Amino acid sequence: MYVAVKGGERAIDAAHDWLAEERRGLHEIAELSIAQIREQLALAVNRVMAEGSLYDPDLAALAIKQARGDLIEAIFLIRAYRTTLPRFGSSLPVETDHMACSRRISATFKDAPGGQILGPTFDYTHRLLDFTLMAEGLPAAAPGSGAPEGVTSPGAPSPEMPRITDFLNRDGLIQEEHPGEETPPDLTREPLEFPANRALRLQAITRGDEGFILGMAYSTQRGYGRNHPFVGELRIGTVSVETEIPELGFSIAIGDIELTECETVNQFTGSKTEPPQFTRGYGLTFGHTERKAISMALVDRALRWEELGEDNAGVPAQDEEFVLSHSDNIQGTGFLEHIKLPHYVDFQSELELIRKLRTEAQAAMHQEAAE
Amino acid sequence: MRDEMIFEGGFSDVSRDSARAFRSAMNAMAHPGRKFDLTGAKPPAPLSEATAGLLLGLADANTSVFLVGEHDTDIIRGWITFHTGAALANTPDEASFTLGTWDALLPLRQWPVGNAEYPDRSATLIVEFADDGENARLSGPGIQTHQDCALPAITPFRHNSALFPLGLDFYFCQGSTLRALPRSTKVEAI
Amino acid sequence: MSDYNFAYLDEQTKRMIRRALLKALAIPGYQVPFASREMPMPYGWGTGGVQVSAATLTPEDTFKVIDQGADDTTNAISIRKFFEKTAEVATSEKTEEATIIQTRHRIPETDLQEGQILVYQVPIPEPLRFLEPRETETRRMHALEDYGLMHVKLYEDIARHGAIATAYAYPVMVQDRYVMDPSPIPKFDNPKMEMAAIQLFGAGREQRIYALPPYTKVVSLDFEDHPFDPSKAEHPCALCGAEDSYLDEVITDDQGTRMYVCSDTDYCESRRATGHIGTEGTQPEEVFA
Repeated sequence: MYVAVKGGERAIDAAHDWLAEERRGLHEIAELSIAQIREQLALAVNRVMAEGSLYDPDLAALAIKQARGDLIEAIFLIRAYRTTLPRFGSSLPVETDHMACSRRISATFKDAPGGQILGPTFDYTHRLLDFTLMAEGLPAAAPGSGAPEGVTSPGAPSPEMPRITDFLNRDGLIQEEHPGEETPPDLTREPLEFPANRALRLQAITRGDEGFILGMAYSTQRGYGRNHPFVGELRIGTVSVETEIPELGFSIAIGDIELTECETVNQFTGSKTEPPQFTRGYGLTFGHTERKAISMALVDRALRWEELGEDNAGVPAQDEEFVLSHSDNIQGTGFLEHIKLPHYVDFQSELELIRKLRTEAQAAMHQEAAE
Repeated sequence: MRDEMIFEGGFSDVSRDSARAFRSAMNAMAHPGRKFDLTGAKPPAPLSEATAGLLLGLADANTSVFLVGEHDTDIIRGWITFHTGAALANTPDEASFTLGTWDALLPLRQWPVGNAEYPDRSATLIVEFADDGENARLSGPGIQTHQDCALPAITPFRHNSALFPLGLDFYFCQGSTLRALPRSTKVEAI
Repeated sequence: MSDYNFAYLDEQTKRMIRRALLKALAIPGYQVPFASREMPMPYGWGTGGVQVSAATLTPEDTFKVIDQGADDTTNAISIRKFFEKTAEVATSEKTEEATIIQTRHRIPETDLQEGQILVYQVPIPEPLRFLEPRETETRRMHALEDYGLMHVKLYEDIARHGAIATAYAYPVMVQDRYVMDPSPIPKFDNPKMEMAAIQLFGAGREQRIYALPPYTKVVSLDFEDHPFDPSKAEHPCALCGAEDSYLDEVITDDQGTRMYVCSDTDYCESRRATGHIGTEGTQPEEVFA
């Protein structure tokens, strides 16, 4: 007698219990607090906010804890939460010109107004494991010994931080970006449609998987759609978010957020109508996420080939449909992992077909041999 | 008095009443010419209960509604805006939903029928129409053999279905009942 | 459960999906783009079907979920629990009792009736996708009714294998206009698509909805000299003896002994409950009493 496998419901419940136990780990070890994750794993928190498209460090920290440190899983938790939130309104465009910078560098000029601010970067660290971090219970470094006064603390509107690209713009050496009044499309509320405009592309890339965007950007540097990028400027810091209250007739600041902005300066040889001038790529991401912002600027630039009158070299990073359709790690991981689900009906139908085709092929071979 | 007419008459349980309204609208669209009940809205005249229910169930800030003829009144405009948040369209080609009596909706060619790549970018016409006897025989998707029903005309619907997959889709509302006529339906006179 | 809106989704999202569903019914076989939302389950695991079900359920409905034809597969259970929790609807494993059936990869064996709705989970809604990866291109092909590429592919199959080498997700022509992907159901199920129930298809990750009203003409693509063949394993079900149902092949021992059983668990149990017993079967009451 045969009884089909049952008990899926009990298996699911048991799996969830086991997962909760594994997440907690050894009970002798103190449980991580959300504040610890937020403060000490801030770059993970930033990535989850950037790709989750939700600026909330506490929730991102919670998601990381719940996901056992699996950042794509954490991003998924944030996305699923975000989509249920009601919308009260839209903010005004943030003014990155008035960013209170904790880091600001340019690779194109040795010095410029506003100065080079190295900030808290891994750039010049020697990648040697610091075993003193392993020794717990040591006194922490004195607070405030690193961050200069007034640089990172949010508050009153910051003075304007001039843009490197503006100096090039003033001389007509770089292609000008014109401010637009139109409301950008919303990737999370309208189905993605091709061709996509630049605003839509940037939205998709800023929430795209860091690894995928990095890979695309890297491919352009290695020759698959080379466009000679320099980091014109990379700035990281806080900006004020303002929203207009129609009843009041003016806008109010509702909070500060940390952003990373990258503008690349790229070579461009000019066309019949345009004299030679530099072109730009742009990246803007939540939090301190500079690898992502720089990658974003390179991919943005590569996708602008048509608008800038370049040839389509047929490379992946120039292919808007390819880049935008495959950059979202929540879509990608879901579809990839769904092949774990039972497919035995489909597999059965393939089995039947292949058996039938083989039988027919063998019969035909016997027939031939007989003749 | 006027304000009451605008602020009253929405669904009492938005979530569940909207789900039921949609089921009626979907059943109607899936069974062209067949009558279904759509209740729960109490709109100002001359909006019918079914028309108002359709709007409450389907219209919102992402759609625009175009009112024609006697349905284009301040009170109806106010009622739709208050209860659905839908924008009122200024030109026919912006309309997602168009609402009025048959004569006021003519000529049909003014309403968007979609394009070959996106035939769904078309208007749905909600017609306040009093059934006065079966004059049309329908066939096509949703109909097993044929379905007889009352239509305000025959020829315009034949032209509309000839555009398929482009075209307009219709709801005919009377009191608390509605019937649908999608573009996929073939129409003949009885 | 007051933490969630009825059927989880917010009203605006449901309205957006409902509008897409109505267009889909008005243009059978055409894929309507919709702004699919992130759901609390992964893309590829039925988010399209779940969103369509959420937009379609009313409090009066009875909901059934099957995966591979079975009510007790883990993903079917997970989706059923989701709606029990968020919509508080009645659920059933009986095909006849259900007003909405969400399915992955199968059409129930029992004929569906008017008033029932079958919601399919669809991974890749575009039947031309594996022939042409670009959305911009496939959209143009549908617009121009240019299905030459599909016919070429099917014909190449015949030239190479002597038969059309597609066993599931076998493409269909809807009402003589749109080539449509029936979702990855076995081709055995294709003829059932001309049915009395409403069929709704949701592809969440790919952001598409499409539909078939009842009695819509659905023809599996074929050639005159190679007609469509909805074949299945030529065995009766070992449990209920059915000869007309789609069968799963089960390996029962280390020697690789095979057994064939109905993939539609409700169909199989109902048959056994009324005395149809196969060579390896028993009446279900005896097993689960």
